Amino acid sequence: MKPAFSVIFLTTLCGMAQGLMLALVGADVIGGGHTTPLAARDFFVGGAVICLILGGLGLFASFFHLGRPERFWRSAAMWRTSWLSREVIAVPAFLGLCALYGWAHYTGQRWAPIAGVACALAALALWVCTAMIYACLRFIREWASAYTLANFVLLGCASGFTAACVWAAWAAPAWVPAYLQATYLFLIVALAVRLLMLRRNAGLKPGSTVQSAIGINNPRIQQKSMGAMGGTFNTREFFHGKSALFIKNARIVFLLLIFPGSTLLLALAERYVNGLLLIAALVVQYLGLLAERWFFFAQANHPQNLYYQVVS
Amino acid sequence: MLDLLRATPPVHDPLKPALPGSTHEVKKTTCYMCACRCGIRVHLRDGEVRYIDGNPDHPLNKGVICAKGSSGIMKQQSPARLTVPLKRKPGSARGDGDFVECSWDEVFDTLAERLGKIRATDPKKFALFTGRDQMQALTGLWARNYGTPNYAAHGGFCSVNMAAGMIYTIGGSFWEFGGPDLDHAKLFVMIGTAEDHHSNPLKIALSKFKRAGGRFISINPVRTGYSAIADEWIPIKPGTDGALFMALIHELIRTGEYDQEFVAEYTNAQDLVDLDSGLIVGKGDALEGAQTIDGKATKPAFELLKERVADCTPEWAGKITGIPAARIVKLAREMGETAMRQSFELPIAWTDTYGREHKSVIGRPVAFHAMRGLAAHSNGFHTIRALSILMTMLGVIDRPGGFRHKPPFPKAIPPGVRPPKSWDDIQPNKPLGAAPLGFPTSPDDLSVGPDNEPIRIDKGFSWDHPLSAHGLMQNVITNAWRGDPYRIDTLMIFMANMAWNSTMNTSQVREMLNDRDEGGEYKIPFIVVCDAFASEMTAYADLILPDTTYLERHDAMSLLDRPISEFDGPVDSVRIPVVPPKGQCKPFQEVLIELGSRLKLPVFTNADGTRKYKGYEDFIINYETAPGSGIGFLSGWRGPEGDKALVGEPNPKQWEMYAENDCVFHYELPIGQQYMRNWNRDYLEFAKDVGFNGSLEPIRIHIYSQVLQTFRLAAQGKRPGKQPPEHLRERIETHFDPLPFWSPPLEYAATDLEKYPLNAVTQRPMAMYHSWDSQNAWLRQIHSHNYLMVNPVTAQAAGIADGGWIWVESQWGKLRCMCRYSEAVEPGTVWTWNAIGKSRGAWNLGPQANESVKGFLLNHVIAEELPFGDRKISNSDPVTGQAGWYDVRVRIYPAAADEPQETWPRFAPMKHMPGTGLVKKVQAYFAGTK
Amino acid sequence: MTQLALVIDLNVCVGCHACVTSCKQWNTSGTAGPLQDLNPYGENPTGTFFNRVQTFEVGAFPDTQTVHFPKSCLHCEDPPCVPVCPTGASYKRKEDGIVLVDYDKCIGCKYCAWACPYGARELDEGRKVMTKCTLCVDRVCSDTLPEEERKPACVMACPTNARLFGDVHDENSEVSVAIRERGGYALMPEWDTKPANHYLPRKITELIDEAKL
Repeated sequence: MKPAFSVIFLTTLCGMAQGLMLALVGADVIGGGHTTPLAARDFFVGGAVICLILGGLGLFASFFHLGRPERFWRSAAMWRTSWLSREVIAVPAFLGLCALYGWAHYTGQRWAPIAGVACALAALALWVCTAMIYACLRFIREWASAYTLANFVLLGCASGFTAACVWAAWAAPAWVPAYLQATYLFLIVALAVRLLMLRRNAGLKPGSTVQSAIGINNPRIQQKSMGAMGGTFNTREFFHGKSALFIKNARIVFLLLIFPGSTLLLALAERYVNGLLLIAALVVQYLGLLAERWFFFAQANHPQNLYYQVVS
Repeated sequence: MLDLLRATPPVHDPLKPALPGSTHEVKKTTCYMCACRCGIRVHLRDGEVRYIDGNPDHPLNKGVICAKGSSGIMKQQSPARLTVPLKRKPGSARGDGDFVECSWDEVFDTLAERLGKIRATDPKKFALFTGRDQMQALTGLWARNYGTPNYAAHGGFCSVNMAAGMIYTIGGSFWEFGGPDLDHAKLFVMIGTAEDHHSNPLKIALSKFKRAGGRFISINPVRTGYSAIADEWIPIKPGTDGALFMALIHELIRTGEYDQEFVAEYTNAQDLVDLDSGLIVGKGDALEGAQTIDGKATKPAFELLKERVADCTPEWAGKITGIPAARIVKLAREMGETAMRQSFELPIAWTDTYGREHKSVIGRPVAFHAMRGLAAHSNGFHTIRALSILMTMLGVIDRPGGFRHKPPFPKAIPPGVRPPKSWDDIQPNKPLGAAPLGFPTSPDDLSVGPDNEPIRIDKGFSWDHPLSAHGLMQNVITNAWRGDPYRIDTLMIFMANMAWNSTMNTSQVREMLNDRDEGGEYKIPFIVVCDAFASEMTAYADLILPDTTYLERHDAMSLLDRPISEFDGPVDSVRIPVVPPKGQCKPFQEVLIELGSRLKLPVFTNADGTRKYKGYEDFIINYETAPGSGIGFLSGWRGPEGDKALVGEPNPKQWEMYAENDCVFHYELPIGQQYMRNWNRDYLEFAKDVGFNGSLEPIRIHIYSQVLQTFRLAAQGKRPGKQPPEHLRERIETHFDPLPFWSPPLEYAATDLEKYPLNAVTQRPMAMYHSWDSQNAWLRQIHSHNYLMVNPVTAQAAGIADGGWIWVESQWGKLRCMCRYSEAVEPGTVWTWNAIGKSRGAWNLGPQANESVKGFLLNHVIAEELPFGDRKISNSDPVTGQAGWYDVRVRIYPAAADEPQETWPRFAPMKHMPGTGLVKKVQAYFAGTK
Repeated sequence: MTQLALVIDLNVCVGCHACVTSCKQWNTSGTAGPLQDLNPYGENPTGTFFNRVQTFEVGAFPDTQTVHFPKSCLHCEDPPCVPVCPTGASYKRKEDGIVLVDYDKCIGCKYCAWACPYGARELDEGRKVMTKCTLCVDRVCSDTLPEEERKPACVMACPTNARLFGDVHDENSEVSVAIRERGGYALMPEWDTKPANHYLPRKITELIDEAKL
């Protein structure tokens, strides 16, 4: 597939917002006593605002994916069948609950943690929707597995907790160590899952072959013409247009940036108690996430490509 | 609000009218997106073309339409349309592409003055050459009345070998002249045919044939198009088909599995040939056995054929063609046994020319089709003679299941039209003393002067190419530039892209068009181009006449020309405009009538010197081949009431009657006149009555060609009359063999075959016709550029990757292009689609259009002339002058990594011409919203 | 229940592209139009077509088959492109099984194209909505066209009659008979999309009376 930056930003930014929200709610529910109420209020309100900003940016980016963005409102209609439609509902639901959660803390509502739990559930639901958009396309075999969901959740959590570290360093320093521990954990598990996913995908056999695509059983079939020489939607949308080396490098880059890169910077930040290093860790990790999501799309091999191989 | 979360009924109604309130109209006319000429219905919405479909009531295409015909809308929309007359900007150099608009008055004044002067002094200095224009009856008549011998269409470049080789043998040929009867055939053998000629009818027939269980064999170096659906593909080396036919004849004779009765009865096989003179001196009654007549030793023609093919064994042919000998043996048996053992009879009574009544016609279910793959070789004439004789031996000529003629064919062998015989035929201010093109019967019919100097600028009908029935368009520019045989003044080109794909040696021909003599005068002083589009050729014009498209004009596809007849009878058809001409476009035929009237050419002028015809429509209605002949351009609805067919007085309402009848007139012959027409008394009487033929004599098939023998005798110095020049005697003696033979293409003798091991050929894709569709926004998306198709074994041996940039080099030149591997081409051949590559800016395409960056034209490496002793001679068949453009030999090698990834040669971009359109970045055609 | 479909006979398709451009011209000025062309006279011209003819080479020289392969929307009985559409713009008509796009609902998210294994959908780059073969629903269901012309434009045009059209649920229809008798098959059966369109395979007529020769 050709990676679309609108969707890359949507999934990474929203994912971070979702992870951050889990971090906030987690602290809210289990660790409320670690800081002063006033500081906690600022921390939760500010965190919710950050979630809103990140999610809002993701949502904003997603509009660039649409040919007719002015009709976006129609896209909630098919929630019964379409994971995309469900996502379209889940994103505002999550953002709405983020706002509610922030407002509840801001106004000192006692039920704020409950709103937080609801928001966390919405975050989880949004991950399911987002991941299922890809995982439900069963003939895109790189996507059609539980790894897709696990990867989205774990990388979202890792980036969200990294963001929580940064935010906590600013607004609630006492929580930084706990967030750091959680971040390491998510990064380690995410790395393991991502490596397993890479291994699985590397060993995948395509579900379709040129033989099944045109229904002729002969081991030797080669396309000579796709019927159009100047390119079509099908050659633009489903091919990344990059070399195999570029793809390999993208994989190395995202693996290095997200895992050793951001982990090292986090550890250094912890060692030297340096907020700038924390920010650097977040930036490096996010760049890695962009590369990871680019790779996620690029690696997906669509069976339609069997029909669009050669011109002459 | 809840709507957001609910599926709603469709908003966009797919069934509602696309443009409510618009007006709709359907007009019928005839397609011209290629030369097939299908009947079409043009659906107009608010006057704009909304849709073009096949006319279901048309006999030719029966409602179907092809990719080109379906893209006619884009021809109308093309920004390459010329819309105003243009003249070369005063002071600018030819070829610079600087033009200024002028008026039609100025055009006619200029031309009338210039052509009038030429006509009054030396009419041969005006030359008119045309492309595949479908109006040769009119252009030929015009040239003849003007008085110049220098007229031809593109046949010399196209397929004259196919026409001449078969017409000189069986009195008819493929395509417009005849074709395979797939309704009755069981075996269909297609040789050297791509996917162009007679395309829709052949597609319809192929599909029916295959579904009925017929067996289809394709013999071709390449497997594409029609060959793709063949039951068997037999790859063959280009230019070797003649050897295959000779071996098949050998095998038929060896096994006796051929129609001996047909050969004896209906051909000159039993005629007795004087072994000394090679002339036929009597009629025998056996296919074999020597006889002595008047003291002369003779043998039946058939015995001479048998002797000729005695050495042409399958093993011999196998080495030449690349087809295993065993396959040739099997092919011959398959043909012979299908023809003889699966024959059938149709209960159709007919009477032969000897008065014998037959109760039935015999069907021989082996059909053939062949085209340019055989024709475009310098050995093509004899290859096609051999094919005609093979078909004759199978007894399939004008019989069910075999080959069937289309009236006005068969014609006498050869047809009774002769070219000018001497300079006397060319006189100032007089019509030509003969037709510009014809069919010589002996050296005495040649168009040469007293010193054997060619009368025609293309050296047609000279000793160089005596039977060049369609002229040699491919040599006109080179000859005129060199002044050999003479200089001309004005060259008028209609719809032929002679600065690009309608010429060989393209790069140098473009220079010739611009070349000047010592005095600074252009070597071709004045070039007039009439075309509908800004082609490569228009850049070299001094005067450009904007033609209309086919949807904007009247046309007559006349029986006097190359009509669309069916097996069962003559058919002619017309075009009637469905939309008004764009800008100041004027149909070329109107230009001819206007100019002819101004020049007072006899055919367009009354006895009192006044103008005879108001315009083209008036001319078509009222012109008769001779005063009171009742024969005109159109054969339908003749007579004052429109109730006469084929012959009758002019009918002032003839156009309207065609319009009311699908623009087509189909005269179905009585069933008894539909077969065996070479010898069918009733048919031949009919044909004489309506002017198709001059005689009632049976048209006996020329297995032995005495016409050719007369030339050979002249070459041997054994015949009085015109004598060939010394340097051509041997060539004439060799190639005017009264029996067919195979020899390698002439170019091979001048080629290092080890250095240039590959044959390079082209063919036309089904979705593009010649060069003129590159400006078509839809068709060019299918073919925007071309690759050289190479067998992977050949490519890998040369170190060439699939998709890689390569050089293709012949001894004449080289070009750079991309390679595509293909398993569907025999390893000794490389091929590409013809005329996809374009010169930059031509056809109003952008400077980076794929056609000029990645597309290429093979013609750059094909020579129009070959060395001949210390002279040069056209690279053509020595008999007919058919361009040998499939003879070129090349080698291929990878382009260097640091070379630009674009084709070579490239030329300076053509400039935007006044009156042509602006190129849009986005096009969204929706009829009726203009 | 009716399921209209095309059955494409690869045994007679010569790859002429008549179906490609007849489709384009009918639909660009029809209810599905206009179908845009970008760079129509420049570099890499590209436009919206509902139907393409592709070419494949099967086997190695000299036993090569050249297969011309027309491809358009297969109007699956279980079309994966329909349920994924978030707006309901992608739908399958109950009355005849034609899969359509509602151009006024489509938001151009391209998800349906991702969900189609056959690459049958093309985003119109001008209107920014998804487009696809409509099976010429405006011809097939027309009440103004003569009965015999209520067929897709490609079917009317096809010179070799390689495109059969009819109801594959009617076992007596021409298309059902052809599928049954000629071994008609569906593309990529592994995805259980149940394409309504079918293809008829090549059939080789062997040497006549081989035994005798």
